[in-house]
Amino acid sequence: MNKVSKSPWLLHYDASSCNGCDIEVLDCLTPKYDIERFGIINTGDPFQADILLITGGVNSQTAPVVKQIYSQMAEPKVVVAVGICACTGGVFKECYNIKGGIDTVIPVDVYVPGCAARPESIIDGVVRALQVLDDKQAALKNKER
Amino acid sequence: MDNRSEIRKITMAEFFSAVVHMKTEGWRLAQICANSVPQGYEMSYSFCKGYQMVTLRLEVGPDEEVASITQIYPCAFLQENEAKELFGVQITKIQPDYRDKLYRIEESTPFRKKE
Amino acid sequence: MSTRSIVPFGPQHPVLPEPVHLDLVLEDEMVVDAVPSIGYIHRGLEKLVDKRDFKQYVYIAERVCGICSCGHGLGYCQAVEQVMGIEVPDRARYLRTIWMEMSRVHSHLLWLGLLADAMGFESLFMESWRLREKILDLFDETTGGRIIHSVNQVGGVQKDMDQGMLDDILRVTRDLEKDMKPVIDTFLQDYTVQSRLKGVGVLSKEDAIGLGAVGPMLRASGVSYDARLLGYAAYGELSVEPVLSTEGDSYGRCAVRLQEILQSFALIREAIGKIPAGPVSAPVKGNPDGEYFFRIEQPRGEAIYYVKCNGTKNLERFRLRTPTTSNIPPMVQLLKGSQLADVPLLILTIDPCVSCTER
Repeated sequence: MNKVSKSPWLLHYDASSCNGCDIEVLDCLTPKYDIERFGIINTGDPFQADILLITGGVNSQTAPVVKQIYSQMAEPKVVVAVGICACTGGVFKECYNIKGGIDTVIPVDVYVPGCAARPESIIDGVVRALQVLDDKQAALKNKER
Repeated sequence: MDNRSEIRKITMAEFFSAVVHMKTEGWRLAQICANSVPQGYEMSYSFCKGYQMVTLRLEVGPDEEVASITQIYPCAFLQENEAKELFGVQITKIQPDYRDKLYRIEESTPFRKKE
Repeated sequence: MSTRSIVPFGPQHPVLPEPVHLDLVLEDEMVVDAVPSIGYIHRGLEKLVDKRDFKQYVYIAERVCGICSCGHGLGYCQAVEQVMGIEVPDRARYLRTIWMEMSRVHSHLLWLGLLADAMGFESLFMESWRLREKILDLFDETTGGRIIHSVNQVGGVQKDMDQGMLDDILRVTRDLEKDMKPVIDTFLQDYTVQSRLKGVGVLSKEDAIGLGAVGPMLRASGVSYDARLLGYAAYGELSVEPVLSTEGDSYGRCAVRLQEILQSFALIREAIGKIPAGPVSAPVKGNPDGEYFFRIEQPRGEAIYYVKCNGTKNLERFRLRTPTTSNIPPMVQLLKGSQLADVPLLILTIDPCVSCTER
């Protein structure tokens, strides 16, 4: 199983972002940044994803969707909050329909700052997430023993 | 061509015939904007024809009903539903009426109160 | 006897990174009705005018959408400037135009990539996005931001470009124009692309006007309307000609956007040739009082910025009618009678921007 943790599959969901960070997440897949060279694939299926990239603050309509996607992912799983809105609510924090960062709904492991987060920092965040994924994997194994 | 914005005030009695007139003249519905004012609401319906733009301004009392213009301009449904849900303007017979479930937000009519 | 079934589409779906939901009523494989439901990314930005003053609000307006960011800042600033009667310096007007056209190129290239992706043409998707990176690098160099630039402010722009930057823009756009040639040929002449686009989702001229379509959607149906001709920023001094197509199908919409990329290159060159020297921002004194509807041409179509001010530092009301709001009713019309397999493609041809629509 050790091999698998090194080429994780990503799932991206837009909780209520301005599109800026989402486009930058997609940008990471395209020729200039190309995170696929690390064996990372962007999937649309929560059941097969290891890392959840979430952009934007949470509102009342996306909160249940975020919870559902998170619960559908298999253990071990890592959540990366991309962009300042996903971390704290950002510029939209005082809007009537924003609850705040992603961590108000589900536990977050890695926070990527920036408005919009730059591809370099998103890649950095994903690499950090790999470490967390390994740790979680090891913890799971210990538990089984 | 200049970016003028002409605002014409109309009354509730003139409203429907004015919109029908716009439709028969071939104007395109550009936008619908609601605003809360002390005496109720202000509805602005903007129309474009070529590069001209005209805005019809309608004053609505707090509990007064406004007929939907979706019979004349079917494309008005999104913006009318938005005005109804976020401001609480009593717009009747919108086709289709989302019944305040367009944005599904927790707070009701957030734009009505002023801070 | 065919049976009716309802297929939910979204909110998490394969076309866009953004959530949008449609209920598709199907008869076998044919769509007979589509009911859009939006609101997944509704934040309530228009209400933030109560908490931010009119100068700070530029930053919020720019974050209505990460793709059309430059235009939203521009439209908002121009609406406030109209109310306050501020004369924007000439150099600032030209700089705004250059940035605006660069943002049109990046937005259209992004759309072309997504279109190729929706058709399953992966290499064309990657190529479009590779070319788009060059524009983003120019943005990075001239504004310090890749997609959210924060250059517009009430009264002008925050940053000036030096000659080196202008030369870089000229050089990169010239190279890009060359690199675009094979991409354009593939989109317009490739057999696979044509079979997916030609005759799919035809919007007649009457429907386009009646349903309130805007932007490339309207122009692809043969209606000559481009809000840039209103002459805001420096467009009044440049040669803008609406790009038209008469087919009204998905192929027409694709062709219009491709042609607009080339038009933007020409406009950028013309603007750089004519840009005068001088200051880039005018002083702003006092608070705005009055109201105004301002129209600009975003990459996705005409956007309307309404500001109502009452003489205090906070606006009374800000309203933004984005191009996608206007293009959703025509999209629903296109979906009726289409094949289920074409649905993702048809949704994409309006170039939807959900975060703009829901604000």
